[in-house]
Amino acid sequence: MEENDTDPTEQVPCTNDSGPEDHTQDHATLNYVGIEAVLDQMRRKAMKTGFEFNIMVVGQSGLGKSTLMNTLFKSKVSRKSCTPNYEEKIQKTVHLQSVSHVIEEKGVKMKLTVIDTPGFGDQIDNDNCWEPIVKYINEQYEKFLREELSINRKRRIPDTRVHCCVYFLPPTGHCLRPIDIEFLKRLGEIVSIVPVIAKADTLTIEERQEFRKKIQHDLQANEIRVYPQREYDEDAEDRILNDKIREKIPFAVVGTDREHQVNGNKVLGRKTKWGIIEVENVAHCEFTNFRDLLIRSHLQDLKDVTHNIHYETYRVRRLNDSNVNGLGLSSLSITTGENVL
Amino acid sequence: MISRVHSNHYSCVNFFLTLSLVRTLFSIYIINNEVYKLLISFRMTSPDVVRQMQDKNARPLSLSGHVGFDSLPDQLVNKSTSQGFCFNILCIGETGIGKSTLMDTLFNTNFENFESSHFEPKVKLRAQTYDLQESNVRLKLTIVNTVGFGDQMNKQESYQHVVDYIDTQFESYLQEELKIKRSLHNYHDSRIHACLYFIAPSGHSLKSLDLVTMKKLDSKVNIIPVIAKADTISKSELHKFKIKIMSELVSNGVQIYQFPIDDETVSKINTAMNGHLPFAVVGSTEEVKIGNKMVKARQYPWGVVQVENENHCDFVKLREMLICVNMEDLREQTHTRHYELYRRCKLEEMGFKDTDAESKPVSLQQTYEAKRQEFLGELQKREEEMRQMFVQRVKEKEMELKEAERELQAKFEQLKRLHHDETSKLDEKRRMLEDEINTFNKKKAATELLQAQAFNTNANIKKDKDRKNSGFM
Repeated sequence: MEENDTDPTEQVPCTNDSGPEDHTQDHATLNYVGIEAVLDQMRRKAMKTGFEFNIMVVGQSGLGKSTLMNTLFKSKVSRKSCTPNYEEKIQKTVHLQSVSHVIEEKGVKMKLTVIDTPGFGDQIDNDNCWEPIVKYINEQYEKFLREELSINRKRRIPDTRVHCCVYFLPPTGHCLRPIDIEFLKRLGEIVSIVPVIAKADTLTIEERQEFRKKIQHDLQANEIRVYPQREYDEDAEDRILNDKIREKIPFAVVGTDREHQVNGNKVLGRKTKWGIIEVENVAHCEFTNFRDLLIRSHLQDLKDVTHNIHYETYRVRRLNDSNVNGLGLSSLSITTGENVL
Repeated sequence: MISRVHSNHYSCVNFFLTLSLVRTLFSIYIINNEVYKLLISFRMTSPDVVRQMQDKNARPLSLSGHVGFDSLPDQLVNKSTSQGFCFNILCIGETGIGKSTLMDTLFNTNFENFESSHFEPKVKLRAQTYDLQESNVRLKLTIVNTVGFGDQMNKQESYQHVVDYIDTQFESYLQEELKIKRSLHNYHDSRIHACLYFIAPSGHSLKSLDLVTMKKLDSKVNIIPVIAKADTISKSELHKFKIKIMSELVSNGVQIYQFPIDDETVSKINTAMNGHLPFAVVGSTEEVKIGNKMVKARQYPWGVVQVENENHCDFVKLREMLICVNMEDLREQTHTRHYELYRRCKLEEMGFKDTDAESKPVSLQQTYEAKRQEFLGELQKREEEMRQMFVQRVKEKEMELKEAERELQAKFEQLKRLHHDETSKLDEKRRMLEDEINTFNKKKAATELLQAQAFNTNANIKKDKDRKNSGFM
């Protein structure tokens, strides 16, 4: 095996009459092969097929989940805004509803699905309120697995797996409650969780810091793994980047879809009698960090972690379960009857 | 004082009222705007909104600000760049037709391929993997060359090795995919993404070996035919040759790889290139000075054939199509079309189906389990049979042995009797002999006695005679 380091900055004029516009300057190099054009091809293909992203919001009612989703994606993506006759009712059981939208920005199409969990943590007896959620997540994995295992598969398997779960913590200022710990513990194993402190404008900056420290301590004490998980850092660079993010988890966010005038600019904010809380101001709340993490830098990573790690774990578990009866899909030589499993 | 406070309060309230009025008006304006947008999107999408909601269909939505997911393609590209790309090319062609040279020229490296002899007994495939890097893109390139293709006297089995090799790569990918603990994203994909078929520049038509091989491979791999050593054909002959080749391929139903024309950005160039197939290429790693720069070329006494000159040969077109424009599409076609076909055939061959006899969907595992039970059942039956047979054999053997034992016993008895007879006979004989000896002894004794007597009598007579004689005197 050998390496060839070609330097495309060598500009040598060359007599080449034909060739597409965007490649003429590349053809000027003598040792040009063209391997890096594969990046463009990939980009083109990605833009044509579009992206899919499924995000789940979990939290008690009244914590501002729908508003935060609307703020995050700058349009009415939540269930509340979609159903014409929406009434705020406390559901008797937790059941999940998902709404899908296709949003486009600068040529990039994304099919966004927001899965809402009304009724979570709202009852008097909240035992096992995470079960419908766990069941839903596993159902999506199961659907994907079944499609992947079928003989005639589709070209692109529709991806309904939950890529990210945003968990809303009420701004009590104390520490994690039992329901939080139970939920985070169970779901941290099967999906990437990003915890946020909701309605953070009720806490001052110092209170937020305290609260965050306590939460981080609780998370560590209960061995809860939230995104970005330490074990999946690929190299030192990743680790440094993710460590910075991990220091800030959970993000203290404020959501709104109203705009106000501040210093002549229109900003998203909440207007109160004592001032305007600017959502996109880093000094006021950490919404920008949260949005950047989720969308601008780690969206692909979230999808990859879901596909490569969580889905694979589910698949191993599922195939091993059926292995209890002595089933394993690894030996395909069953027809010849040679290898007895 | 109270009244002043009151008036102040009143003015404050007035102020706040106007402010809130402005705010409400403003928000109403915004809400109206949103509602308007919503209505438009409703109108544009479908008349029945409720049904759409129930269908959970995605409705298009417009954003009121910059969200930031337009960086998604960049994120994807960055991730892929850090992982690196993988590309596998298979070169099929006769020995000495210029496969290795073309690969060297294409990728600007010396791949260190040694020449192979013409006396290979069978067609072999030799695969070599290289790590190339250009700016920040890492490519793991595998080049598979056929060794000894077309050299044998009997070429009937030539294509079989190639087909087997391709199938083996698909098989190993399938195995990896069906494993329980798998690591697909780390897996070194060895499936062949592109197959360059080198056609000898005879100028007439395709050889039958070419047709047969391409026909067998067209459903397994993306075939790109190239005319090798194109500097031996003149332009007019080349044109006729190309037309002849394409018509032969079409009339024989060989499906070569067509460059994709569904994407607007590349459809124009791809359609143009589709018309230039098969590419007439010249490969060279030597450099010749033309004007004031060095170009890759072949120097003849009558001129210089420049590899990268479009008037001289189609090398640039090939490089463009194979690497710059369609590498990703080649990989995708291999994965979604050829590999899926292989997978489907393989699994159906093993008896897995998506739906069973009542056309109810059946999962892979159910079929697998059913098959396994069947297999186990059969195994058990065979085991039983074997056991029965074993028991039977043992019985038979036992009887045989008993029989033998009895025979032996009988023989022993007989021998014993014989021995007894013999012994008694011998005894008899001995007795007789002893009797005879006794008789003889007796006789002997008697004779001796008689002799002794006779002697005594003689002596007496002599004595008497002597006495008589002496008496006389």
